[in-house]
Amino acid sequence: MTATLEPRAIGRGLARRDGGAKVRGVAIYADETPVPDPLFCRIVQATVARGRVSDVDTAGATALDGVVGVMTSTEAERLASTDDAELAVLQGTEVGFRGQIVAAVLAETDEVAREAADLVRVTYAEEQADARLSADRGDLYTPESVNPTYPPDTHEGDVAAAMAEAPVTVEQTYTTPMHHNNPMEPHATTALWEDGHLTLWDSTQGVHPVRQTVTQIFGLEPEQVRVVCPYVGGGFGSKGNPHANVIMAAMAARAVPGRPVRLALTRQQMFSLAGYRTPTIQRMQLAAERDGTLRGIAIDVVEQTSRIKEFAEQTGVPTRNMYAAPNRRTTHRLAALDVPVPSWMRAPGECPGMFGPEVAMDELAAELGLDPVELRIRNEPEVDPETGKPFSSRNLVACLREGAARFGWAGRDHRPGMRLEDGWWVGTGVAASVYPTMRMPKSTATVTYDGGRYVARIGAADLGTGTWTVLPQIAADALDVPVEDVDVLIGDTDHPEASVAGGSSGTTTWGSALVEAVREFRDKYGEDPHDGDAASGSVNPNAAEEDYVMSAFGAQFAEVRVHADTGEVRVPRLYGVFAAGRIVNPRLARSQFLGGMTMGLGMALHEQSLLDPRTGHVVNHDLAEYHVPANADVDDLQAHWVDEDDPYVNAMGSKGIGEIGIVGTAAAVANAAWHATGVRVRDLPVTLDRVLPAR
Amino acid sequence: METELTLRVDGATHHLRVDTRTSLLDALRQRLGATSPKKGCDHGQCGACTVLVGGRRILGCLALAVAYDGAEVTTAAGLAPGPDEDHPVHRAFVDHDAFQCGYCTPGQVCSAVGVLDELERGWPSAATADVAGGPDLGDPEALDREIAERMSGNLCRCGAYKGIRAALAEVAEGVRR
Repeated sequence: MTATLEPRAIGRGLARRDGGAKVRGVAIYADETPVPDPLFCRIVQATVARGRVSDVDTAGATALDGVVGVMTSTEAERLASTDDAELAVLQGTEVGFRGQIVAAVLAETDEVAREAADLVRVTYAEEQADARLSADRGDLYTPESVNPTYPPDTHEGDVAAAMAEAPVTVEQTYTTPMHHNNPMEPHATTALWEDGHLTLWDSTQGVHPVRQTVTQIFGLEPEQVRVVCPYVGGGFGSKGNPHANVIMAAMAARAVPGRPVRLALTRQQMFSLAGYRTPTIQRMQLAAERDGTLRGIAIDVVEQTSRIKEFAEQTGVPTRNMYAAPNRRTTHRLAALDVPVPSWMRAPGECPGMFGPEVAMDELAAELGLDPVELRIRNEPEVDPETGKPFSSRNLVACLREGAARFGWAGRDHRPGMRLEDGWWVGTGVAASVYPTMRMPKSTATVTYDGGRYVARIGAADLGTGTWTVLPQIAADALDVPVEDVDVLIGDTDHPEASVAGGSSGTTTWGSALVEAVREFRDKYGEDPHDGDAASGSVNPNAAEEDYVMSAFGAQFAEVRVHADTGEVRVPRLYGVFAAGRIVNPRLARSQFLGGMTMGLGMALHEQSLLDPRTGHVVNHDLAEYHVPANADVDDLQAHWVDEDDPYVNAMGSKGIGEIGIVGTAAAVANAAWHATGVRVRDLPVTLDRVLPAR
Repeated sequence: METELTLRVDGATHHLRVDTRTSLLDALRQRLGATSPKKGCDHGQCGACTVLVGGRRILGCLALAVAYDGAEVTTAAGLAPGPDEDHPVHRAFVDHDAFQCGYCTPGQVCSAVGVLDELERGWPSAATADVAGGPDLGDPEALDREIAERMSGNLCRCGAYKGIRAALAEVAEGVRR
């Protein structure tokens, strides 16, 4: 247990330190790094999902004025490591998925590069592709672990027996479609190879993880590679790991020493190269007593991965910790298909994995004629159901009660399809949220005293999460000085090593490193340091993790209106209440919660990547066809939190808040749509063709 | 094929020679280093490249640079009256935390300035109840609907829409007073 900092700057809703630069547009993103005379790199992508490249005709491209070179698997440099097939760019002729990089053009201008890329003629020996996910495939397999290192299956007791014996059961299959992160800033890199030194100005959630990957793949020493990223135009997981475009950019730069190279993926290219959330098929079983007490809970998940690289989504994991029940089962089965490589998207595991269970709970409540809020409260566990350990703090019930009060839930008529107002069916729904409190094993910060100010350095990332603003608040309280006297510099491998901005772990991990660095600094120099005094400190393992399970919880309440004639679905109200430890900066935290809920609204109503199983092609690969919420889709959207004092999580008393907002939203909306219409939609998104009552 | 043109960007005059296929957005970003407008989709689907030309908002990625010879282009970097001053929309966006990652923000800001001008001129939108009478700026709910409708061409994946609406409403209130 760490002593919690006395909050002075922590808890204040300070405006973003990078706000002025961002509203003017003068904050510099990767593709706009000022470099002299850059070349432009455009990639050529495979148009078949499986097979071999038999020929690449570059004559038309190289004949163009301004083309510097065309890179194919014949000419490209041999990489030091090709273990990661996603990143083994231009190392062979095999095509693992449609959209894979098969060639690239380097030219003096973007216009010429684009034309030249179109002129590269690639012929293929095409093979029959297999890109159709279904739960009845014969070749489903059990991964060794699911992301990041959870066991794929868990069993306790006998769910089948509980299902046979319980007076009330729910057994249904729910699906979530393929989703794409779609940060507003496309994945981009400006790269320079000069005097045996590689600099990558890359749009990434972690400069040090990029450096680690790149050094490994090119066989370079860490001192030879610098990665810089002060600002990230969103990522939501897709920029958590470097994808093939980063390797391609570095490879292109190494082909033209001394010349900077820019490579920005187009929006369309992002749909095959930048990762995505796997579609999931979730078979749920709930066995309950007549009073709603669960006797059994099970989720059996089927999802996809790429044939060339495994990523196993931990969709079933949240079911392990949510509700008490003596008989439990979670399983994960994968289909390895000729599809792009899936990866992290905001709250992998919890986000898709709280759709099936939370709709199933709503179905159970309906079956029992019980208030769905009350059903969840009745199944609140005393300790973590999986490990038997206590929670460091768990305030799901408080969130449910607070949300119910704010939303005006009391007196709700639980029967569906009863309220028709001005031609709209009206209903309300609830679902729970959860997200684990994670701490990464490695991160270091330095603190220097310089001219009356404290300057901390750590290679952390701010993808809109507020790192530029929040880390100074933490450092200031650790130093016991005004926050105005503290600078924290991030986003550069010249700073000490920091972990990826993922798993909502940034504030916990980097903040803990800062607190350690400050402790070292004060131990060495006391309260009255001299210019140039410096100390460093690193995040330590949290011993309390041995004894406690740590998670944030929340409850989301939605009002849905479905037009009785057209089936148009609107969400006039969406309220979230969260219990996420101490809130370091309320202004920025609210934005995080609301942003997560907004993306959850997209998941509920709009988002689905349509992969043509015949061609392995995501056909709606742009923002006109992959619909994300627009301004007018959002109406009365509110995020609140309950006070939570958790002495076990870290010195800030904080839990991660970047991902929990998206967890449960889609279930709350789908449950409200059922309450409005009486139509139970078990396959996302809740579109008009699915929700309109039959007549 | 190349051609010469003149662009005035945020008050500065530039003479440049461009490939005739160059979009206004690429001319600004790649030729002039004016990177305030962003490229989010290059297809007119996201609004990140919104700039003001003659005070009206346009999408830089759907405009050919050669069609804007002699034009006065204002980006979010050039809105403020002076280098150390804020435009009211800048200030309102920071106050209401109307952004997170900041990538769509310069486009949102330019769009916001354009929208406020459209409202002031009485131009109707799909959210206007009385098209002949123009938008009802006296009713906060009607104003919110107008802002939501008119700002829906600017996507924000971080989901800052609520802050964006509050920021615009605040500036619109100030303008009305």
